[in-house]
Amino acid sequence: MRGARTEGAIERALFFCTSLSIATTLGIIAVLVYEGIGFAREVPLGSFLFGTRWAPLLEPRSYGVLPLVCGTALIVAGASLLAVPLGLAGAIYLSEQASERTRAVLKPVLEILAGIPTVVYGYFGLTFVTPLLRDAFPSTDIFNAASGAIVVGIMVLPLITSLCDEALRAVPLSIRQAAYALGATPCEVSTKVVLPGALSGVLAAVILAMSRAIGETMAVALAAGSTPKLTLNPLESIQTMTAYIVQVSLGDTPAGTIAYHTIFAVGALLFLMTLGMNLVSHRILRRYHRAYE
Amino acid sequence: MSDAQREACSVQQEKRLARRRAVSAAFGVACRVLTWAGVAVLGVLLWHVARAGLPWLDLQFLTSFPSRKPDKAGILAALCGTGWLIALTMLLAVPLGVASAVYLEEYGRRGRWASFLSVNIANLAGVPSIVYGILGLTLFVRGLHLGTSLVAGAMTMTLLILPVVILASREAIRAVPGTIRQAAFALGATRWQVVRHHVVPASLPGLLTGVILSTSRAFGETAPLIMMGALTYVAFVPKHPMEAFTVLPIQVFNWASRPQKEFHGLAAAGILVLLAVLLAMNASAIVIRFRASRRFRW
Repeated sequence: MRGARTEGAIERALFFCTSLSIATTLGIIAVLVYEGIGFAREVPLGSFLFGTRWAPLLEPRSYGVLPLVCGTALIVAGASLLAVPLGLAGAIYLSEQASERTRAVLKPVLEILAGIPTVVYGYFGLTFVTPLLRDAFPSTDIFNAASGAIVVGIMVLPLITSLCDEALRAVPLSIRQAAYALGATPCEVSTKVVLPGALSGVLAAVILAMSRAIGETMAVALAAGSTPKLTLNPLESIQTMTAYIVQVSLGDTPAGTIAYHTIFAVGALLFLMTLGMNLVSHRILRRYHRAYE
Repeated sequence: MSDAQREACSVQQEKRLARRRAVSAAFGVACRVLTWAGVAVLGVLLWHVARAGLPWLDLQFLTSFPSRKPDKAGILAALCGTGWLIALTMLLAVPLGVASAVYLEEYGRRGRWASFLSVNIANLAGVPSIVYGILGLTLFVRGLHLGTSLVAGAMTMTLLILPVVILASREAIRAVPGTIRQAAFALGATRWQVVRHHVVPASLPGLLTGVILSTSRAFGETAPLIMMGALTYVAFVPKHPMEAFTVLPIQVFNWASRPQKEFHGLAAAGILVLLAVLLAMNASAIVIRFRASRRFRW
């Protein structure tokens, strides 16, 4: 039958489109592994992962990735410090306190904030946040981790707020009513009943936002600097893993050199870190979906 | 218990209750203030960019090529590059994304393979954009010898937004009630006929909204394009898809990373154009959603 054959062909064509996503995943892994091996041939894995000096472009060369990881960690920690409390407060306000009309205003604002390109946040950090910081702390470098962390925090804030809001709203109304019936105040209901009930969803949101902060590139490339440094001082210039990759690709690094291979090694590390966090977040969410069903 | 004891007890209880109420009220105010503070940040950001950028924003800025002299510089090349890139990306990503979503929702919903595909797509959506840049550089720029052309850029961007397009399209398709499909099947339609004549038309507004919103993500992306080697200085309008290009966010990045204050003004003006286009895209998505909600009711 002709119809059946067409049906089959269409299904196969659609399936082919879908399998492109598998091909993408395999492509990413293959590229990172293949070029990463080129790097591993010249630099032992141990001295890459645990070395404390990162200077792949200047003599004497050194390939310890810890300063980049430290820079990224500084950004992620600072951003979380800002975005988690603010995001949670916003989510509690949105889901527990705000009227429907206020929600109708705030939700689109969150969407707009989430849609602003990251290079805009980089500009904002460099030309607005950094001058403020330098007024407050004169020792601040022009490029500094604090400014990068603040703008990345602002950037992930709408993500945390929206996801936490969803998690809080998934807690059944009857549980709140029970708490109120026992005489709890609104604050007690929010923090001692609803929040614990939505904890897995909140946790998943926070992890997802942190993984987003790890992968964030343009804002930190503009605001946080390009000085790989093993420091915990947020007022100094640092370099994140992503900013390093951008720095190399902006210069003329010939393919096949070890400096070229470093971007794949750093990229592979970045990929593994974000993938791990996304998987953890996913797993937590799946468990939480079972909780109220 | 004596009356005095009872009295003391209830006074104590009153005090505790008052404290709990005060804490609760303060907590409520704190949440409200913090939320609006977040909104205020958006206001400050817009105000800051507008103040720096508006003096530079004029017709000459929109119709000039980048220049070493700030008052002669413009975004013509970047605007055209962005237009090309978005058009090519949509041409590739929309059919692929919608087809994948149709397959996942209408054909292969069950089984381990389907759930593996879903998890894979969710994970791809979380991969940092710069990793896609690495992929594009190796696969398209070097592997397929496409160079740093618009085609290579569009293919990289397609891989980047494909997971988002698929997720949004699945959402739209899922919103079509099963009764519509059952009615069509009952009349003897094949699966493809059901998809073509019922599911896709019914979910079209949702599909459009999702596609527009996910394309707006490609619009603001910078890192993967810099990664694959898109130029930062382009003084021509690309005429065909094999030419080199730059895009608006890269131009903004380039200007913002210079130390001179004039170039920061140019960067701010570029951001204003970027935000205006994004806002227009978002607004059109909202309009489509609104009109659709009046047309279809089930």
